Amino acid sequence: MSAVIENHHDDHHHGPDKGLMRWVLTTNHKDIGTLYLWFSFAMFLTGGCMALVIRAELFQPGLQLVVPEFFNQMTTMHGLIMVFGAVMPAFVGLANWLVPMMIGAPDMALPRMNNYSFWILPFAFSMLLSTLFMEGGAPNFGWTFYAPLSTEYAPPSVTFFIFAVHLMGISSIMGSINVVVTILNLRAPGMRLMDMPLFVWTWLITAYLLIAVMPVLAGVVTMMLMDIHFGTAFFSAGGGGDPVLFQHVFWFFGHPEVYIMILPAFGIVSAIIPTFARKKLFGYDSMVYATASIAFLSFIVWAHHMFTVGMPIAGELYFMYATMLIAVPTGVKVFNWAATMWQGSMTFETPMLFAVAFVILFTIGGLSGLMLSIVPADFQYHDTYFVVAHFHYVLVPGSIFSIMAAAYYWLPKWTGNMYDETLGKTHFWLSFVGVNVTFFPQHFIGLAGMPRRYPDYALQFADWNMVSSVGAFIFGFSQLLFLFIVIKCIMGGKKATDEVWEGAEGLEWTIASPAPYHTFSTPPPELPERSMA
Amino acid sequence: MARKESKVGEGQRLKTALQWLIALAALSSSWQALADWSALNMTKGVTAISREVYDLHMLIFTICVVIGVLVFGVMIWSMLVHRKSLGHEPATFSHSTKLEYAWTIIPIFILIGMAVPATSTLRDMYDASGADIDIEVRGYQWKWQYTYLSDDPTQEVKFISSLLTPPDEYYNRTPKREHYLSDVDNPLVIPINKRVRFLITSNDVIHSWWVPDFAVKKDAIPGFVHEAWAVVEEPGIYRGKCTELCGKDHGFMPIVVKAVEQAEYESWLAMKQQEALQVYETVGKTWTMAELMETGEQVYAQACQSCHQANGQGIPPAFPSLVGQGLAIGPVDAHIDIVVNGKAGSAMQAFAAQLNPAEIAAVVTYERNAWGNNVGDLVQPRAVNALISSEE
Repeated sequence: MSAVIENHHDDHHHGPDKGLMRWVLTTNHKDIGTLYLWFSFAMFLTGGCMALVIRAELFQPGLQLVVPEFFNQMTTMHGLIMVFGAVMPAFVGLANWLVPMMIGAPDMALPRMNNYSFWILPFAFSMLLSTLFMEGGAPNFGWTFYAPLSTEYAPPSVTFFIFAVHLMGISSIMGSINVVVTILNLRAPGMRLMDMPLFVWTWLITAYLLIAVMPVLAGVVTMMLMDIHFGTAFFSAGGGGDPVLFQHVFWFFGHPEVYIMILPAFGIVSAIIPTFARKKLFGYDSMVYATASIAFLSFIVWAHHMFTVGMPIAGELYFMYATMLIAVPTGVKVFNWAATMWQGSMTFETPMLFAVAFVILFTIGGLSGLMLSIVPADFQYHDTYFVVAHFHYVLVPGSIFSIMAAAYYWLPKWTGNMYDETLGKTHFWLSFVGVNVTFFPQHFIGLAGMPRRYPDYALQFADWNMVSSVGAFIFGFSQLLFLFIVIKCIMGGKKATDEVWEGAEGLEWTIASPAPYHTFSTPPPELPERSMA
Repeated sequence: MARKESKVGEGQRLKTALQWLIALAALSSSWQALADWSALNMTKGVTAISREVYDLHMLIFTICVVIGVLVFGVMIWSMLVHRKSLGHEPATFSHSTKLEYAWTIIPIFILIGMAVPATSTLRDMYDASGADIDIEVRGYQWKWQYTYLSDDPTQEVKFISSLLTPPDEYYNRTPKREHYLSDVDNPLVIPINKRVRFLITSNDVIHSWWVPDFAVKKDAIPGFVHEAWAVVEEPGIYRGKCTELCGKDHGFMPIVVKAVEQAEYESWLAMKQQEALQVYETVGKTWTMAELMETGEQVYAQACQSCHQANGQGIPPAFPSLVGQGLAIGPVDAHIDIVVNGKAGSAMQAFAAQLNPAEIAAVVTYERNAWGNNVGDLVQPRAVNALISSEE
């Protein structure tokens, strides 16, 4: 059922199909966006349950709930599911919903491929999750799956893990090609690249990162597959290979991957803060250049994850200096957000609360990242809870908070109803307290000497582990409130205006709330203010 | 009028903010006095390098805190004052090239200020020349082996160091004692004020050898040897951990280094060499079943139990059961062979490098006659020795 070609009809004639097949066959960017967002939320809860198993076990010293073998499966699956199942699909879902509406396009450029890219994911993750029930258990070698633990010493389910990663990679590559083609070809007439909202900019750059590095990930898992089943020895020293080669290839994917999970968040926050400060984004041009610089730098810093593998000193120094440089464009972004808030006329609805918390807590994660770049100090931080605290600060109150902010910000546009503001704020404060109680003490635990991926620990780490576990349960259960708020908003509520927010700017606010099934079948007659500048 | 009201609001808020700040400062200082600092911060350690690293850490940390306070201060101030509810009108500025230049260039200088001391510390850490003692550190799933390298092979001291905490403690059946999960049976012993070089490698997966007090953390990678070094200045017991995920007992292979005076070190080394000689002699004697079973049980607990479990049932499929099936009740030569040489492509290690022939003979005998495996035969150390020598 393709509506795209029938442009001589009125939009309203082309509502969605009825029943389940609407979702299976849909090529509508809004439907696919919705699918991505619900899928990602389901994975967020699944990965979250695994995190709670981990934190429950670590509540006290001793092994109370799980055995170490299962604990390792939990840390591994938690990481894989959150990275590939929760954060990445959530951003793709937001891109699907928002990019066409922000650039005045009728849909994504490649709608059928869009359908495929989503529907691969449930199969990939069913396969990954099914390993939990296999003999020998699920992958247990950490989400970074270092060889030879993930090759010679892996459980038999590793092959299913490899195939699942291949599928996720195909999905991501197709999704990102779609984003690039849409942005470069379907912008409303008159909208130049430097007129695009920052969310569109950050996604354009993210999509290029994905296209560049997902094949590298596919390559590294294929090399593992060859080592395991076909007698090669890429990563086995006994056969003339090198286990460290695995880490170089993995992190050549892995570091840009980190920015894939944060650049769209920058775009979201750059949309929300100006709205609620009732003031234009400060330094639009420098925001674009900073994003591009961060993306470029992400390709040349990968070995800072490997300072302890025994690289020559020249390598250590180069990767230290290059990594420190990332602080410059990242700093520019943070300063620009602060300058956007400065002298504004701010109100603090739920999206703004999440966005401001994002800036502050992401900056804390960024500063600990700067500390980690200093090689001699990194020898003491590496693979301890200090690192766990660092990357959870940039991922949870970073990426996840930005996704929450985006959901609250655009939910009225998607559903036509306002969400419950009191409940939204309650959700924010519970999440904010929960996240900090969980992850701030982990800095202490790490500095005091507790390594990561430990199912049990020495007695001196007991106090802060207990605090951290309490925080994790507060954070985890408050997400059920989020689910309730979203369902309540879909079911009904105060009707949203077309503009929704007083200070909002952009094409998506010029269309009706809820957004009709087809929007911008003809290009928008007028572009918002930035585009006219 | 509205303007005046907002001014009043501003003053009020400033006052409240200041009160909060003072309260927080008071709270944090009293809390600091109460809290055990070592539970919160990096260890200073006991080598010149570890103190340099600590100072570097405190320097970057302080810079980060100052930057954080400034940036968050501006944001919090703005959030308290530039509010619509206080009637604040939005300004219209949206860019400033001068500011953008400033906050690009100033951070670069701050970064250079961090990079200079970091570079010089790193150069010191990487200079492992002029070692007085060389010790090979070899990671195994899930224990460490230390070898004191010597030009004379008969003087070489080699031993396995594994977790002392019994399973009863981590399965909460008995109370947890001091140094829970941080104690080993055979600590590494080094002399103080000597340059000790660690040659770090692994036998199976990647491990990482970390002793925070020496600021030494180096990955143990199969097939590669990396070096690290320390000059320990104070006698004492220093505890470390494995910091690279290496399988199920990653959290159960601690490191203990005992730093002692030179004289004590020398007598310890002489004792160890003597022990090695005695072991050599026991290989030649004929053992009784009772002796083999007794030693075998100890060896099993130390070397085999973490995979094959105390009851011999293992954790299939990775770690097969030894009870009533397979090699444990099969041909004795094949049983000895798998213990000596391991099994390629599985987690079963070659124990010839870790256990002496008497220990291997004892553990094979034990496995064939424990848990209802009543094969009844006994293996003499000299049979194991013959197998190992014939392979060499």
